[in-house]
Amino acid sequence: MNKTDALIIGAGPTGLFTAHQLKLIGLNCEVVDNLDKIGGQCIELYPDKPIYDIPAIPECTGEELTNNLLNQLKPFDIKFHLNDRVDEVKKDNDKWLIKTSNGKTFLTPNVIIAGGVGSFEPRKFSPKECERFENKSLLYSIKDKKIFKGKTVTIFGGGDSALDWSIELSKDSKINLIHRRDEFRGAQATVNKIHELVKEGKINLYTKYQMSSVNGSDKLESIVIKNDEGEAKILDTDYVLGFFGLIMQLGPIANWGLNLDKKTIQVDTEKFETNQKGIYAVGDICTYPGKLKLILSGFHEGALAARACFKLARPNEKYRFEFTTSSKTIKNRLGVKSD
Amino acid sequence: MPKIIYNTFDNQTHSIDVQNGLSVMEGAVQNDVPGIDADCGGGMACATCHVYVDENWFDKLPKKEDGEEDMLDMAFEPKKNSRLSCQLIVSDELDGLIVNIPSKQA
Repeated sequence: MNKTDALIIGAGPTGLFTAHQLKLIGLNCEVVDNLDKIGGQCIELYPDKPIYDIPAIPECTGEELTNNLLNQLKPFDIKFHLNDRVDEVKKDNDKWLIKTSNGKTFLTPNVIIAGGVGSFEPRKFSPKECERFENKSLLYSIKDKKIFKGKTVTIFGGGDSALDWSIELSKDSKINLIHRRDEFRGAQATVNKIHELVKEGKINLYTKYQMSSVNGSDKLESIVIKNDEGEAKILDTDYVLGFFGLIMQLGPIANWGLNLDKKTIQVDTEKFETNQKGIYAVGDICTYPGKLKLILSGFHEGALAARACFKLARPNEKYRFEFTTSSKTIKNRLGVKSD
Repeated sequence: MPKIIYNTFDNQTHSIDVQNGLSVMEGAVQNDVPGIDADCGGGMACATCHVYVDENWFDKLPKKEDGEEDMLDMAFEPKKNSRLSCQLIVSDELDGLIVNIPSKQA
Protein backbone atom coordinates (compact mmCIF):
# COMPACT_ATOMS: atom_id res chain seq x y z
CA MET A 1 0.00 0.00 0.00
CA ASN A 2 1.42 3.38 -1.07
CA LYS A 3 0.42 6.37 1.05
CA THR A 4 0.71 9.79 -0.49
CA ASP A 5 -0.73 13.30 -0.13
CA ALA A 6 -2.03 13.28 -3.70
CA LEU A 7 -2.21 10.83 -6.56
CA ILE A 8 -2.07 12.28 -10.07
CA ILE A 9 -3.61 10.29 -12.89
CA GLY A 10 -1.89 11.22 -16.14
CA ALA A 11 1.69 12.25 -16.88
CA GLY A 12 0.96 14.78 -19.60
CA PRO A 13 1.97 18.45 -19.30
CA THR A 14 -0.86 19.26 -16.91
CA GLY A 15 -0.11 16.29 -14.64
CA LEU A 16 3.59 17.16 -14.59
CA PHE A 17 3.07 20.81 -13.67
CA THR A 18 0.47 19.86 -11.07
CA ALA A 19 3.12 17.60 -9.49
CA HIS A 20 5.49 20.57 -9.47
CA GLN A 21 2.93 22.75 -7.71
CA LEU A 22 2.22 20.09 -5.08
CA LYS A 23 5.91 19.60 -4.30
CA LEU A 24 6.46 23.35 -4.18
CA ILE A 25 3.92 23.76 -1.41
CA GLY A 26 5.38 20.83 0.50
CA LEU A 27 3.05 17.97 -0.40
CA ASN A 28 4.22 14.69 -1.82
CA CYS A 29 2.63 12.98 -4.79
CA GLU A 30 2.88 10.02 -7.14
CA VAL A 31 1.88 9.82 -10.79
CA VAL A 32 0.22 6.94 -12.68
CA ASP A 33 0.02 6.79 -16.48
CA ASN A 34 -1.22 4.13 -18.86
CA LEU A 35 1.44 4.91 -21.47
CA ASP A 36 4.97 3.53 -21.21
CA LYS A 37 6.43 7.02 -21.29
CA ILE A 38 5.97 10.45 -19.74
CA GLY A 39 4.37 13.26 -21.76
CA GLY A 40 0.80 12.25 -22.58
CA GLN A 41 -0.70 13.56 -25.82
CA CYS A 42 2.38 15.77 -26.36
CA ILE A 43 4.56 12.69 -26.72
CA GLU A 44 2.04 10.29 -28.18
CA LEU A 45 0.24 12.49 -30.69
CA TYR A 46 2.58 15.30 -31.66
CA PRO A 47 6.17 14.90 -30.36
CA ASP A 48 7.55 16.73 -33.43
CA LYS A 49 4.82 19.28 -33.99
CA PRO A 50 5.63 22.79 -32.81
CA ILE A 51 3.38 24.46 -30.23
CA TYR A 52 3.19 28.27 -30.33
CA ASP A 53 0.99 29.20 -27.38
CA ILE A 54 2.87 28.28 -24.23
CA PRO A 55 3.44 31.55 -22.32
CA ALA A 56 7.02 32.83 -22.67
CA ILE A 57 7.97 29.96 -25.00
CA PRO A 58 7.56 31.25 -28.56
CA GLU A 59 7.91 27.80 -30.09
CA CYS A 60 8.57 24.29 -28.85
CA THR A 61 7.66 20.74 -29.83
CA GLY A 62 5.63 18.37 -27.69
CA GLU A 63 8.81 16.52 -26.84
CA GLU A 64 10.69 19.68 -25.84
CA LEU A 65 7.82 20.82 -23.66
CA THR A 66 7.78 17.46 -21.88
CA ASN A 67 11.56 17.54 -21.35
CA ASN A 68 11.39 21.09 -19.99
CA LEU A 69 8.65 20.13 -17.55
CA LEU A 70 10.71 17.15 -16.41
CA ASN A 71 13.70 19.45 -15.91
CA GLN A 72 11.54 21.67 -13.76
CA LEU A 73 10.69 18.61 -11.63
CA LYS A 74 14.35 17.66 -11.13
CA PRO A 75 14.68 19.10 -7.60
CA PHE A 76 11.87 16.85 -6.47
CA ASP A 77 11.57 13.16 -5.86
CA ILE A 78 8.43 11.99 -7.63
CA LYS A 79 7.51 8.39 -8.23
CA PHE A 80 6.06 7.62 -11.67
CA HIS A 81 4.08 4.44 -12.26
CA LEU A 82 4.06 4.02 -16.04
CA ASN A 83 2.36 1.31 -18.09
CA ASP A 84 -0.25 1.19 -15.38
CA ARG A 85 -3.85 2.31 -15.35
CA VAL A 86 -6.00 3.36 -12.41
CA ASP A 87 -8.96 1.02 -12.51
CA GLU A 88 -10.74 1.64 -9.19
CA VAL A 89 -11.24 4.67 -6.97
CA LYS A 90 -13.18 3.86 -3.81
CA LYS A 91 -14.00 5.79 -0.67
CA ASP A 92 -12.11 4.57 2.42
CA ASN A 93 -13.24 6.62 5.45
CA ASP A 94 -12.02 10.15 4.67
CA LYS A 95 -9.51 8.95 2.08
CA TRP A 96 -9.57 7.35 -1.36
CA LEU A 97 -8.39 3.82 -2.02
CA ILE A 98 -7.01 3.38 -5.51
CA LYS A 99 -6.28 0.18 -7.39
CA THR A 100 -4.34 -0.06 -10.64
CA SER A 101 -4.41 -2.64 -13.42
CA ASN A 102 -1.00 -3.93 -12.25
CA GLY A 103 -2.40 -4.51 -8.77
CA LYS A 104 -0.79 -1.52 -7.03
CA THR A 105 -2.81 0.21 -4.31
CA PHE A 106 -2.69 3.77 -3.03
CA LEU A 107 -4.32 5.45 -0.06
CA THR A 108 -4.62 9.22 -0.40
CA PRO A 109 -6.91 12.10 0.59
CA ASN A 110 -6.52 13.66 -2.89
CA VAL A 111 -6.88 12.28 -6.40
CA ILE A 112 -6.13 14.62 -9.29
CA ILE A 113 -7.33 13.42 -12.67
CA ALA A 114 -5.15 14.93 -15.38
CA GLY A 115 -6.14 12.31 -17.89
CA GLY A 116 -6.37 14.32 -21.13
CA VAL A 117 -9.04 12.57 -23.15
CA GLY A 118 -8.78 9.32 -21.26
CA SER A 119 -6.31 6.50 -21.64
CA PHE A 120 -4.62 5.52 -24.86
CA GLU A 121 -5.63 2.11 -26.16
CA PRO A 122 -4.61 0.46 -29.44
CA ARG A 123 -6.97 0.97 -32.34
CA LYS A 124 -8.42 -2.36 -33.31
CA PHE A 125 -9.51 -4.17 -36.44
CA SER A 126 -13.10 -3.40 -37.35
CA PRO A 127 -14.50 -6.93 -38.02
CA LYS A 128 -16.06 -8.08 -34.76
CA GLU A 129 -14.87 -11.68 -35.07
CA CYS A 130 -11.26 -10.51 -34.72
CA GLU A 131 -11.84 -10.37 -30.96
CA ARG A 132 -11.94 -14.19 -30.82
CA PHE A 133 -8.23 -14.36 -31.60
CA GLU A 134 -7.16 -11.24 -29.74
CA ASN A 135 -4.10 -11.67 -27.50
CA LYS A 136 -3.64 -15.18 -28.93
CA SER A 137 -2.80 -14.96 -32.61
CA LEU A 138 -4.09 -11.47 -33.31
CA LEU A 139 -1.99 -8.84 -31.54
CA TYR A 140 -1.68 -5.07 -31.26
CA SER A 141 1.75 -5.07 -29.64
CA ILE A 142 4.68 -7.44 -29.41
CA LYS A 143 6.00 -8.69 -26.12
CA ASP A 144 8.09 -11.64 -27.28
CA LYS A 145 9.22 -11.73 -30.90
CA LYS A 146 10.48 -15.32 -30.60
CA ILE A 147 6.94 -16.70 -30.98
CA PHE A 148 6.96 -15.64 -34.66
CA LYS A 149 10.02 -17.69 -35.64
CA GLY A 150 9.31 -19.82 -38.71
CA LYS A 151 5.67 -18.65 -38.86
CA THR A 152 3.67 -16.62 -41.32
CA VAL A 153 2.94 -13.17 -39.91
CA THR A 154 0.52 -10.71 -41.52
CA ILE A 155 1.14 -7.10 -40.50
CA PHE A 156 -1.34 -4.27 -41.04
CA GLY A 157 -0.43 -0.58 -40.99
CA GLY A 158 1.61 2.10 -42.73
CA GLY A 159 3.51 3.80 -39.95
CA ASP A 160 6.87 3.16 -38.34
CA SER A 161 5.65 0.37 -36.02
CA ALA A 162 4.24 -1.69 -38.90
CA LEU A 163 7.28 -1.10 -41.08
CA ASP A 164 9.93 -1.63 -38.40
CA TRP A 165 8.37 -4.89 -37.27
CA SER A 166 7.99 -6.08 -40.88
CA ILE A 167 11.72 -5.56 -41.42
CA GLU A 168 12.70 -7.09 -38.09
CA LEU A 169 10.46 -10.16 -38.34
CA SER A 170 11.28 -10.80 -42.02
CA LYS A 171 14.60 -12.24 -40.84
CA ASP A 172 12.96 -15.36 -39.40
CA SER A 173 9.33 -15.30 -40.58
CA LYS A 174 7.28 -15.10 -43.74
CA ILE A 175 5.77 -11.59 -43.80
CA ASN A 176 2.65 -10.19 -45.46
CA LEU A 177 2.45 -6.41 -45.14
CA ILE A 178 -0.94 -4.81 -45.79
CA HIS A 179 -1.74 -1.11 -45.99
CA ARG A 180 -4.79 0.79 -47.19
CA ARG A 181 -2.88 2.99 -49.65
CA ASP A 182 0.42 3.09 -51.59
CA GLU A 183 2.09 5.76 -49.46
CA PHE A 184 3.60 4.96 -46.07
CA ARG A 185 3.94 7.28 -43.10
CA GLY A 186 7.21 5.72 -41.91
CA ALA A 187 10.68 7.27 -42.21
CA GLN A 188 11.92 7.32 -45.83
CA ALA A 189 14.91 5.05 -45.11
CA THR A 190 12.55 2.49 -43.58
CA VAL A 191 10.19 2.69 -46.56
CA ASN A 192 13.16 2.15 -48.93
CA LYS A 193 14.23 -0.88 -46.93
CA ILE A 194 10.70 -2.31 -47.17
CA HIS A 195 10.72 -1.97 -50.97
CA GLU A 196 14.12 -3.70 -51.08
CA LEU A 197 12.79 -6.61 -49.04
CA VAL A 198 9.71 -6.80 -51.27
CA LYS A 199 12.01 -7.09 -54.33
CA GLU A 200 14.03 -9.81 -52.63
CA GLY A 201 10.81 -11.69 -51.95
CA LYS A 202 11.15 -11.48 -48.17
CA ILE A 203 8.00 -9.40 -47.71
CA ASN A 204 4.74 -9.80 -49.65
CA LEU A 205 3.26 -6.33 -49.94
CA TYR A 206 -0.46 -5.73 -50.51
CA THR A 207 -1.44 -2.09 -50.74
CA LYS A 208 -4.97 -0.64 -51.04
CA TYR A 209 -6.24 -3.64 -49.08
CA GLN A 210 -7.90 -3.78 -45.67
CA MET A 211 -8.95 -6.57 -43.32
CA SER A 212 -12.31 -8.07 -44.25
CA SER A 213 -12.65 -11.24 -42.15
CA VAL A 214 -10.75 -13.89 -40.20
CA ASN A 215 -11.11 -17.67 -40.51
CA GLY A 216 -10.31 -20.49 -38.11
CA SER A 217 -12.02 -22.36 -35.31
CA ASP A 218 -9.69 -22.65 -32.30
CA LYS A 219 -6.68 -21.42 -34.13
CA LEU A 220 -6.41 -18.61 -36.65
CA GLU A 221 -5.97 -20.17 -40.10
CA SER A 222 -6.41 -17.48 -42.69
CA ILE A 223 -7.72 -13.99 -43.27
CA VAL A 224 -9.57 -12.30 -46.10
CA ILE A 225 -8.46 -8.88 -47.28
CA LYS A 226 -10.42 -6.66 -49.65
CA ASN A 227 -9.61 -3.58 -51.71
CA ASP A 228 -11.83 -0.60 -52.52
CA GLU A 229 -13.13 -2.35 -55.64
CA GLY A 230 -14.29 -5.24 -53.49
CA GLU A 231 -11.68 -7.71 -54.79
CA ALA A 232 -10.83 -10.21 -52.10
CA LYS A 233 -7.72 -12.22 -51.36
CA ILE A 234 -7.33 -15.07 -48.90
CA LEU A 235 -4.03 -15.22 -47.03
CA ASP A 236 -2.98 -18.17 -44.88
CA THR A 237 -1.38 -16.86 -41.72
CA ASP A 238 -0.37 -17.91 -38.22
CA TYR A 239 -0.36 -14.45 -36.69
CA VAL A 240 -1.94 -11.09 -37.45
CA LEU A 241 -0.48 -7.83 -36.13
CA GLY A 242 -2.37 -4.53 -36.28
CA PHE A 243 -0.50 -1.23 -35.92
CA PHE A 244 -3.13 1.47 -36.37
CA GLY A 245 -1.90 3.81 -33.65
CA LEU A 246 -3.72 4.60 -30.45
CA ILE A 247 -7.14 5.94 -29.60
CA MET A 248 -8.21 7.71 -26.45
CA GLN A 249 -10.93 6.22 -24.32
CA LEU A 250 -12.35 7.52 -21.08
CA GLY A 251 -12.15 3.96 -19.75
CA PRO A 252 -12.66 3.26 -16.04
CA ILE A 253 -13.00 6.98 -15.14
CA ALA A 254 -16.64 6.67 -16.22
CA ASN A 255 -17.29 4.34 -13.24
CA TRP A 256 -16.08 6.52 -10.38
CA GLY A 257 -19.35 8.29 -9.69
CA LEU A 258 -18.25 11.62 -11.17
CA ASN A 259 -20.57 14.04 -12.93
CA LEU A 260 -19.67 13.82 -16.60
CA ASP A 261 -20.47 15.97 -19.60
CA LYS A 262 -19.88 13.87 -22.73
CA LYS A 263 -16.30 12.68 -22.21
CA THR A 264 -15.30 15.40 -19.74
CA ILE A 265 -15.60 15.80 -15.96
CA GLN A 266 -17.50 18.70 -14.42
CA VAL A 267 -15.52 20.76 -11.89
CA ASP A 268 -15.81 24.02 -9.98
CA THR A 269 -13.40 26.81 -10.84
CA GLU A 270 -12.14 27.45 -7.32
CA LYS A 271 -10.58 24.09 -6.55
CA PHE A 272 -11.22 22.22 -9.78
CA GLU A 273 -12.94 19.70 -7.59
CA THR A 274 -15.48 17.23 -8.99
CA ASN A 275 -18.77 16.32 -7.29
CA GLN A 276 -16.66 14.00 -5.07
CA LYS A 277 -14.73 15.68 -2.26
CA GLY A 278 -11.00 15.17 -2.74
CA ILE A 279 -11.24 14.22 -6.42
CA TYR A 280 -10.15 16.95 -8.80
CA ALA A 281 -9.96 17.11 -12.60
CA VAL A 282 -7.55 19.38 -14.48
CA GLY A 283 -6.47 19.88 -18.10
CA ASP A 284 -8.35 18.67 -21.16
CA ILE A 285 -10.46 16.23 -19.19
CA CYS A 286 -12.24 18.85 -17.07
CA THR A 287 -15.07 21.11 -18.11
CA TYR A 288 -16.63 24.29 -16.69
CA PRO A 289 -18.22 27.38 -18.23
CA GLY A 290 -15.61 28.99 -20.47
CA LYS A 291 -13.20 26.04 -20.46
CA LEU A 292 -10.41 26.32 -23.02
CA LYS A 293 -8.56 23.14 -24.00
CA LEU A 294 -5.15 24.76 -23.90
CA ILE A 295 -2.04 23.55 -22.10
CA LEU A 296 -1.78 26.89 -20.30
CA SER A 297 -5.27 26.42 -18.85
CA GLY A 298 -4.18 23.04 -17.52
CA PHE A 299 -1.27 24.69 -15.70
CA HIS A 300 -3.59 27.16 -13.99
CA GLU A 301 -6.08 24.47 -13.06
CA GLY A 302 -3.32 22.28 -11.63
CA ALA A 303 -1.92 25.12 -9.52
CA LEU A 304 -5.31 25.73 -7.91
CA ALA A 305 -6.13 22.06 -7.43
CA ALA A 306 -2.76 21.60 -5.69
CA ARG A 307 -3.65 24.32 -3.13
CA ALA A 308 -6.99 22.65 -2.53
CA CYS A 309 -5.16 19.37 -1.81
CA PHE A 310 -3.26 21.04 1.04
CA LYS A 311 -6.34 21.36 3.19
CA LEU A 312 -7.16 17.65 3.05
CA ALA A 313 -3.54 16.46 3.28
CA ARG A 314 -2.60 18.77 6.20
CA PRO A 315 -5.90 19.38 8.04
CA ASN A 316 -4.14 20.88 11.06
CA GLU A 317 -1.94 23.32 9.17
CA LYS A 318 -2.81 26.53 7.45
CA TYR A 319 -1.66 27.04 3.87
CA ARG A 320 0.32 30.23 3.39
CA PHE A 321 0.78 31.65 -0.06
CA GLU A 322 4.43 32.30 -0.91
CA PHE A 323 6.43 33.43 -3.95
CA THR A 324 9.30 31.35 -5.34
CA THR A 325 11.33 34.56 -5.65
CA SER A 326 11.30 35.29 -1.95
CA SER A 327 10.33 32.25 0.12
CA LYS A 328 13.18 30.55 1.98
CA THR A 329 11.06 27.45 2.54
CA ILE A 330 10.36 27.08 -1.15
CA LYS A 331 14.00 27.68 -2.04
CA ASN A 332 14.99 24.92 0.36
CA ARG A 333 12.54 22.59 -1.34
CA LEU A 334 14.00 23.53 -4.70
CA GLY A 335 17.54 23.07 -3.36
CA VAL A 336 18.61 26.56 -4.40
CA LYS A 337 20.57 29.01 -2.24
CA SER A 338 18.61 31.90 -0.80
CA ASP A 339 20.22 35.34 -0.84
CA MET B 1 -25.77 30.46 -44.02
CA PRO B 2 -24.59 27.34 -45.88
CA LYS B 3 -26.49 24.16 -45.11
CA ILE B 4 -24.56 21.01 -44.29
CA ILE B 5 -26.37 17.70 -44.42
CA TYR B 6 -25.19 15.07 -41.97
CA ASN B 7 -26.50 11.53 -42.45
CA THR B 8 -25.95 9.39 -39.39
CA PHE B 9 -25.32 5.65 -39.52
CA ASP B 10 -28.87 4.89 -38.38
CA ASN B 11 -30.26 6.85 -41.35
CA GLN B 12 -31.18 10.04 -39.55
CA THR B 13 -30.64 13.22 -41.54
CA HIS B 14 -29.55 16.39 -39.77
CA SER B 15 -29.73 19.48 -41.94
CA ILE B 16 -27.76 22.19 -40.16
CA ASP B 17 -27.02 25.81 -41.00
CA VAL B 18 -23.35 26.25 -40.29
CA GLN B 19 -21.60 29.61 -40.20
CA ASN B 20 -18.90 30.26 -42.79
CA GLY B 21 -15.47 29.63 -41.34
CA LEU B 22 -16.48 26.89 -38.95
CA SER B 23 -15.43 23.34 -39.75
CA VAL B 24 -17.90 20.63 -40.70
CA MET B 25 -16.81 18.94 -37.44
CA GLU B 26 -17.68 22.03 -35.37
CA GLY B 27 -21.03 22.29 -37.12
CA ALA B 28 -21.83 18.76 -35.95
CA VAL B 29 -20.48 19.03 -32.41
CA GLN B 30 -22.12 22.39 -31.67
CA ASN B 31 -25.48 21.10 -32.87
CA ASP B 32 -25.33 17.72 -31.14
CA VAL B 33 -25.20 15.68 -34.32
CA PRO B 34 -24.28 12.23 -32.97
CA GLY B 35 -21.39 10.14 -34.23
CA ILE B 36 -18.60 12.71 -34.46
CA ASP B 37 -16.34 12.50 -31.42
CA ALA B 38 -13.54 14.95 -32.32
CA ASP B 39 -11.42 13.84 -29.38
CA CYS B 40 -8.48 16.12 -30.18
CA GLY B 41 -10.68 19.16 -30.74
CA GLY B 42 -9.77 19.77 -34.39
CA GLY B 43 -6.00 19.48 -34.22
CA MET B 44 -5.75 16.77 -36.87
CA ALA B 45 -4.21 14.63 -34.14
CA CYS B 46 -6.80 11.86 -33.98
CA ALA B 47 -9.23 10.39 -36.49
CA THR B 48 -12.49 10.60 -34.58
CA CYS B 49 -14.28 13.17 -36.76
CA HIS B 50 -14.11 10.87 -39.76
CA VAL B 51 -16.87 11.20 -42.39
CA TYR B 52 -17.62 9.73 -45.81
CA VAL B 53 -18.23 12.57 -48.23
CA ASP B 54 -21.07 12.13 -50.73
CA GLU B 55 -19.59 11.05 -54.07
CA ASN B 56 -20.96 14.08 -55.94
CA TRP B 57 -19.21 16.35 -53.48
CA PHE B 58 -15.88 14.62 -52.94
CA ASP B 59 -14.04 16.17 -55.91
CA LYS B 60 -15.39 19.64 -55.17
CA LEU B 61 -13.63 19.81 -51.81
CA PRO B 62 -10.16 21.27 -51.27
CA LYS B 63 -7.55 18.50 -51.46
CA LYS B 64 -6.26 16.73 -48.37
CA GLU B 65 -2.99 17.70 -46.78
CA ASP B 66 -0.52 14.85 -46.15
CA GLY B 67 -1.23 14.96 -42.44
CA GLU B 68 -4.90 14.28 -43.01
CA GLU B 69 -4.22 11.21 -45.15
CA ASP B 70 -1.84 9.93 -42.45
CA MET B 71 -4.51 10.31 -39.79
CA LEU B 72 -7.10 8.62 -42.01
CA ASP B 73 -4.92 5.48 -41.90
CA MET B 74 -6.08 5.24 -38.32
CA ALA B 75 -9.75 5.91 -38.90
CA PHE B 76 -12.40 3.24 -38.49
CA GLU B 77 -13.00 1.65 -41.92
CA PRO B 78 -11.59 4.40 -44.13
CA LYS B 79 -12.74 4.49 -47.78
CA LYS B 80 -11.84 6.46 -50.89
CA ASN B 81 -14.27 9.22 -49.98
CA SER B 82 -13.09 9.50 -46.36
CA ARG B 83 -12.24 12.90 -44.90
CA LEU B 84 -11.63 14.35 -41.47
CA SER B 85 -14.48 16.77 -40.94
CA CYS B 86 -12.28 19.12 -38.88
CA GLN B 87 -10.35 19.86 -42.08
CA LEU B 88 -13.44 20.84 -44.10
CA ILE B 89 -14.06 24.54 -43.62
CA VAL B 90 -17.59 25.68 -44.39
CA SER B 91 -18.02 28.32 -47.11
CA ASP B 92 -20.75 29.33 -49.56
CA GLU B 93 -19.24 26.88 -52.08
CA LEU B 94 -20.02 24.03 -49.68
CA ASP B 95 -23.70 24.92 -49.33
CA GLY B 96 -25.60 21.63 -49.52
CA LEU B 97 -22.58 19.42 -48.74
CA ILE B 98 -23.63 15.90 -47.77
CA VAL B 99 -21.50 13.85 -45.39
CA ASN B 100 -22.22 10.36 -44.07
CA ILE B 101 -21.11 9.52 -40.55
CA PRO B 102 -19.56 6.06 -40.03
CA SER B 103 -21.02 3.50 -37.61
CA LYS B 104 -18.33 4.39 -35.11
CA GLN B 105 -15.24 6.51 -34.79
CA ALA B 106 -12.89 4.06 -33.10
